[in-house]
Amino acid sequence: MFNKEFEAMPLKKMKELQLERLRWATGHAYKNNAFYKKKFDAAGFHPDQLKTLDDMKRVPLLTKQDMRDNYPFGLFCVPMDRVVRVHSSSGTTGNATVVGYTKNDVGVFAEVVARCLASYGATEKDVIQVAYGYGLFTGGLGLHYGSEKLGAMTIPISGGNTERQLMLIKDFGTTMIACTPSYMLNIADYIEKKRPDFKIKDTKLRAGILGAEPWSENMRKEIEHRLGIDAYDIYGLSEIIGPGVSCDCSEKSGLHVFEDHFYVEIIDPETGDILPEGSKGEIVYTTLTKEAFPAIRYRSRDITRLYHDHCKCGRTLVKMEKVSGRSDDMLIIRGVNVFPSQIESVLMEVEGTEPHYQIIVDRKGAMDDVEVMVEVSEKIFSDELKVLDGLSKKISDRFRSVLGISAKITLVEPMTIARSEGKAVRVVDKRKI
Amino acid sequence: MNVTQLSVFVENKPGHLQGVLKILGEANINIVTLTIAETSDFGILRMIVNDPENGAKALRDNHITCSITDVLAIEIDDKPGSLYRAIETFSRRQLNIEYMYAFTEKRQDKAVMIFRFDDIEAAKQALAEEGYGIVKRIDIIGE
Repeated sequence: MFNKEFEAMPLKKMKELQLERLRWATGHAYKNNAFYKKKFDAAGFHPDQLKTLDDMKRVPLLTKQDMRDNYPFGLFCVPMDRVVRVHSSSGTTGNATVVGYTKNDVGVFAEVVARCLASYGATEKDVIQVAYGYGLFTGGLGLHYGSEKLGAMTIPISGGNTERQLMLIKDFGTTMIACTPSYMLNIADYIEKKRPDFKIKDTKLRAGILGAEPWSENMRKEIEHRLGIDAYDIYGLSEIIGPGVSCDCSEKSGLHVFEDHFYVEIIDPETGDILPEGSKGEIVYTTLTKEAFPAIRYRSRDITRLYHDHCKCGRTLVKMEKVSGRSDDMLIIRGVNVFPSQIESVLMEVEGTEPHYQIIVDRKGAMDDVEVMVEVSEKIFSDELKVLDGLSKKISDRFRSVLGISAKITLVEPMTIARSEGKAVRVVDKRKI
Repeated sequence: MNVTQLSVFVENKPGHLQGVLKILGEANINIVTLTIAETSDFGILRMIVNDPENGAKALRDNHITCSITDVLAIEIDDKPGSLYRAIETFSRRQLNIEYMYAFTEKRQDKAVMIFRFDDIEAAKQALAEEGYGIVKRIDIIGE
């Protein structure tokens, strides 16, 4: 454990610490930012009213739209000369969100990432290859600073150039690689197709530190099976700090949230009401120590569940389930709620199907039309039409029985579906509703 | 002796078949005969080529899904009723033909048919017992 005092803190003590820090964080935002002041005033909330954790329900929720409306620096709560770094979201769904860090914030960021790495068993003896993109995206620099904080040897290779990734894994003795799970599968594909002579087991690589996009337990199994390494989840969002909000531990049975820095609640995405521990809903974050860009009750849109389970790893921190989808990625198809991760699970169940797929939703007349494009690899290809037809039918049947929707399955050639070296484009919604 | 067929997954869109043929052409692979089984979305291109192993390698290097399968090539007389008699052998023995196609070129007075069976050995056995010529790969590619 990187920081046992906080990671194994007794529950009661943690709640006291959180309350004290929440008072500071809400007060800091209220005093130093006009937007927060106006929002709190409008909701009839004043930081002095925060007497117990239960009072958090009186604090208004912050949305992605609030962040966009305040582009670029409207939500910063310190003078600009105290800001030492900015990151920005890709802004694919509208304006980008810009987040800022003071020196102290950069230190917190490094601390939480170092804790994640330690929870996967990393020490200063490890060699960590950071294959997340370096730049405005929080992944590259986040992992970089965390790895250095831990004292591991850090390789800032950034994303892409798979041949070079393999070369450094071999030549530098990389023990852990940090990248998106879809890029990890890309590497597996690359080895199988282009470098069958490259054996991961002959290298020192033993773990993947995977995050920045939702992924399923099935995908974890596939990565572990195909590459012979442990696949660990690292979770985070730039609006809160970046990667390092929560992480898998050795048990791989849920992600511990670093509650001394991030206060978490689960709400009903429809009503905004706080749900009891154990319920599934949208996770809401409040940063407890962030100075430049505090987020007070930020609606993440990520769907998960929180619980305590006396984890064998010794951490007392609350756990969150692997994110099963995003409430805004959620597709409502002919009235049925569908998460891309569910579609992925269906595809993985059908033997040999790799998760290179894309879902296209369109509206034909009044009906939603769903097409799932699946790449035909050599594993599922046959010279007989009836075998390929049978595969389409099997996938289509599973869709109907598991998800309750009928979808047209289209088999496409390999490399047809856009496979960025970063986030995979899983869903294309062409509907204009 | 079996004949090796190269099968390729091709989307049913303009330019896709052309792309496959370009790769094969550049790899100096000669196509002896071919057939395509198509659906509205994709087709399976099945070919007898002079060098299936290198053909497959060239395609795989270009991320094209393909496979190599053993098929049976048999010579029949180029006369009315010959194909009927050949197939009669198979039906009598309950051997199901998955698909079949013909050679474009005649060999003397014989036609060459390509058959795909689930159980190729049983089919060969049947033909051997009934005296049909099984074409060797070497004959087909003319080496």
